[in-house]
Amino acid sequence: MAKKKFVVGCFDDEAVLFPAVKKVRTAGYKLHDIYTPFAVHGLDHSMGLRETSLHTAGFIYGITGTTTALSCISWILTKDWPLNIGGKPHFALPAWIPITFELTVMFAAVGMVITFCYLCQLAPFVKKHHFHARATDDLFVMVIECTDKTNTDDLKAFLTNSGAVETDLQIAETDWWVGRYDNDEVPFENKKEIAA
Amino acid sequence: MHLKYESQLREPLVNGNKDYHQVTEDILRPIEAKPTKLWYLGFYIAVGLLMFGVYSVYREVTYGIGQWNLNKTIGWGWDITNFVWWVGIGHAGTLISAVLLLFRQGWRTGVNRAAEAMTIFAVMCAGQFPIFHMGRVWMAFFVMPYPNSRGPLWVNFNSPLLWDVFAISTYFTVSLLFWYSGLLPDFATIRDRAKTKLRQKLYGTAAFGWTGSTKHWQRHESLSLVLAGLSTPLVLSVHTIVSFDFATSVIPGWHTTIFPPYFVAGAIFSGFAMVQSLLLIVRKVFDLEDYITLGHIEAMNKVIVLTGSVVGIAYLTELFMGWYSQNKYEGYTFWYSRAYLFSPYGWSYWGMMACNVISPQIFWFRKMRRNVYVTFFMSIIVNIGMWFERFVIIVTSLYRDYLPSSWSVYYSPTTWEIGFYLGTFGLFFTCFFLFAKYFPVIAVAEIKYVLKTTGDNYKEKMSPVEVLATVEFAHEYAH
Repeated sequence: MAKKKFVVGCFDDEAVLFPAVKKVRTAGYKLHDIYTPFAVHGLDHSMGLRETSLHTAGFIYGITGTTTALSCISWILTKDWPLNIGGKPHFALPAWIPITFELTVMFAAVGMVITFCYLCQLAPFVKKHHFHARATDDLFVMVIECTDKTNTDDLKAFLTNSGAVETDLQIAETDWWVGRYDNDEVPFENKKEIAA
Repeated sequence: MHLKYESQLREPLVNGNKDYHQVTEDILRPIEAKPTKLWYLGFYIAVGLLMFGVYSVYREVTYGIGQWNLNKTIGWGWDITNFVWWVGIGHAGTLISAVLLLFRQGWRTGVNRAAEAMTIFAVMCAGQFPIFHMGRVWMAFFVMPYPNSRGPLWVNFNSPLLWDVFAISTYFTVSLLFWYSGLLPDFATIRDRAKTKLRQKLYGTAAFGWTGSTKHWQRHESLSLVLAGLSTPLVLSVHTIVSFDFATSVIPGWHTTIFPPYFVAGAIFSGFAMVQSLLLIVRKVFDLEDYITLGHIEAMNKVIVLTGSVVGIAYLTELFMGWYSQNKYEGYTFWYSRAYLFSPYGWSYWGMMACNVISPQIFWFRKMRRNVYVTFFMSIIVNIGMWFERFVIIVTSLYRDYLPSSWSVYYSPTTWEIGFYLGTFGLFFTCFFLFAKYFPVIAVAEIKYVLKTTGDNYKEKMSPVEVLATVEFAHEYAH
C-alpha cells in the first residue's frame, strides 16, 4: 500500500499512441501502465512487457485433470470395486477416454480462470484506482510514474507534443482494496504512511 | 494508420460512421434506458410459461413418471427429445465464440456474446430433462462419484450416460467461464459510465475491479485463446457423447457409427437457427442493425445450408445402410417405421425431411440469405425440424422393437409432459430477457477491436493505404 505520483496522458487514437509509447520509452520515462478500452494488439510488445505464461499454467492444470481422471477411475474400477461387466477387462481404457477428456478440459479451464483472476487481482468488491473514467470507453490512458527528479510540467508538455489530448497529474494508490464503486471511501486513506 | 489492413472487397462488419464512444453508446443504450412495455410483456409471458413448467414438474415429482405417457416400450419420449434438442441448440454459441475465434472470423464479434448466453441458457434447460427423468430427483446426486456409505458403490465410468454427466457439466462450466471472462471489460465500461449509485455498485461488483491495464488485456487474450482452444474439441465431444447415449445401444436405428458427426452437424444446424431467431429480434428491438449486419446474417445462413446438407447426407446414408446391411430390423426401422409415410410415425420423418433438408436449400440464393423475413421464418422451421429429428430417432426406434408382443401403442404426450417442455422455454426466455436488458448483448470491447479494420467509414479512409505500409507500421511499433 503505497501512494505514488503519476503523470497521466490520454490518447484517442492507437495510431498516435504507438509512436508515443516508443518516444516515452526512448526518453527513459518509467511507464507504469496503459489502460485501454479493448485489447490493443501489439501494445504489450511496444511497452516491452514479457509474454504471459498463463497458457503454461493452463497446460499444467490440464494434465492434472488427465491424471486425476485416469488414476481415480482405474483405482475405482480395478481395485476398489471391480465390476464384472460381461467378462470384459476391468481396466477398460477406451471407455474412460470421454471422462478423462472432460476432466482435462474442466481442470484447465477452471484453473486458468482462477489463475487469471489471481494474477490480475480481480474479484468482486475489489476496488482499484482508475486514472480516467473513459479508459473503459474511448481513451487510451498512458500512466507514467514520477520519481523525485521528474519535472512533471516538462513531462506533461512532452506527452502533449506526442499527441496526448489530455494530461493530468495524479497521486494514486497502486494497490487494490476492498470497496464498492458507489462509495469513495478508501479504508486506509487516513493512515499515516510509515517510511520504509 | 492501423496495425491491420483488411481488403476493401470484404463487407464491413460495422456499418455507419462510428467511433469508439459511439459504439459504447449504441450497445449500452438498452441497459441504461428503462425497459419498454414490449420487454415487460415478453418477460411476463416467459415467466408465466416458466411457472406452468414448474407446476408440471411439481406434478411429475409428486406423483411420479406416470404423469408422462412413457411406457415400458417407449422409455424415452419427449423428455430426452427435448434434452437433445436443447443441448444441440447450445452448440452454436460455442461454435461462434470458440471455433470462429480460432479460424479468425471477424464477424463473430457481433454475435458471440448473445450466442454464448444462448448456449448457457440452453444447457440449463437441457439439464432439467435427464434430471427429472430420474423420477426420484432427490437422488440425483447419486450420479456424482464420491466415497459413499453404499459400499462405496461407484458410478459406472464405462456408461455413456455417465459420460453425459461429465460432458454436460464441463460444457456448462467452461461456457460460463468463457462468457463471464469476456463480460468483465464490458461490465467495467457500464460501471464507469453509471449515473446511478445502484448501477455503479452492481456493475462494479460484477466487473471484479477491471481497469483495462495492458498486462491484464494480454492475459485476457491468452485466456480467451486457450479457452477457445479447449472449447473447440469440447463442443464436438459433448454432442458426440450425447450421440453415444444412442449409438452404444443395440436398438435398430440407434447403433450406428455415423451418429457422432451427424449429431454434431445437426446441433450446429439447430443452434445457428436459434441464434438467428434471437438476434433478428434483438437487432430490431435494440436498434443494433449497424452491428449485426446483413453480412452477419448471411454468414450464419451459409453455415445453416452447409450443416443442413450434412444432416441430409446423414439421413440418406442411414436409409442406404438400412437396405445395404440387409439387417431386417434395421430395414424395418428405416424403411417402414420412418420412411414409409403412412406408418404410424411416418409423418414425423417426412416433417423432419421437409424442414431440415429440403427447405434450407433456399439459402443457396444470396437474395434469400440476406432477407431477414425469410431467415426468421427458416430459423423457426429448422428448429421445428431438428426437434422432429430427435423425436424420430427416439420414438420410431423404440415403439416397435424386436418382440412384437411388446410393441407399443401410439405414444402422445400428456399435458404435463408438454408443460415441462413449455416450462423450459419459459426458463430460457426469462433468462434471455434478463440478459438482453442487463447485459451488453454485443461484446463492446471486441467490436472496438475490429472497428478500425472493418468499420464502414474506416475502410473508406484506409482505401489509399497500401498493405505494405500497415505492415511496416506494425513492425515499427508493435513488435
